Amino acid sequence: MPEIRDDRLKSVPQKTRLFAALTILSNVAGNSFLTRGMQQLGDIGNSPLALIGALFHPLVAIGVALLIVWTLTHMALLSWADLSYVMPVTAISYVVTAFAARIFLNEVVSPARWIGIVLVTAGVTLVGRTAASTVGKPE
Amino acid sequence: MKWLLVLILICATTVGDVFRSLGMRQHGEIHDFRPGAVGSALGMVARNGYVIVSTCAMAISFFSFMKLVSIAPMSFAVPMSAAAFIPETLFARMLLKEAVDWRRWTGVGLILAGVVFITQ
Repeated sequence: MPEIRDDRLKSVPQKTRLFAALTILSNVAGNSFLTRGMQQLGDIGNSPLALIGALFHPLVAIGVALLIVWTLTHMALLSWADLSYVMPVTAISYVVTAFAARIFLNEVVSPARWIGIVLVTAGVTLVGRTAASTVGKPE
Repeated sequence: MKWLLVLILICATTVGDVFRSLGMRQHGEIHDFRPGAVGSALGMVARNGYVIVSTCAMAISFFSFMKLVSIAPMSFAVPMSAAAFIPETLFARMLLKEAVDWRRWTGVGLILAGVVFITQ
């Protein structure tokens, strides 16, 4: 029936949007702190113990704390929304990450990468227009 | 070394995400976000076999990412992890029985094309 099909394509609930936003922000901030911390530590070798030891660097620790927030919000989001919806929508963090890398880490972002950002944004927008959950719903 | 870390990162992320989705779906939707209720839900989730496998895979993914950002720019390392979308969407369709329509496939395709440009 057309009515059922329309219900499935209704806009994404506010709770889903809020958790998607929290997931994106905590992911970008966490990655930025983690990268800055690892860059400050320099070459620590390939030993697992050295990697565990790096967790005690203040910036790495802040990054890890933010990534824990990211994990929890992501898990909550996955409890009601499809993985194939959640993963691409939260991919907007790749765009924000490029800006964070340019602004906070002074990384050179080439024109090709900015083209990539536009493509990612287009993809995210397209996926965001689909139903957040399709499992257990009428066809 | 850089590409080996990327490969480990993608494989571990895929296993982690798919198993986490299976585990959280088995647990059911979280409605109550008061601290006590969240703690209780976390306790139940922590005993879920899927979530345990997912957590181990995510730990491998995390440490390989940590090492990767120490030898490569963040604007390379983070978008590269998006290559996991291909196996994840396939698993979402086949294993999780999600309805992945043409818009999601196109969206994932655009994201991946973007990731290719980002890595240039």
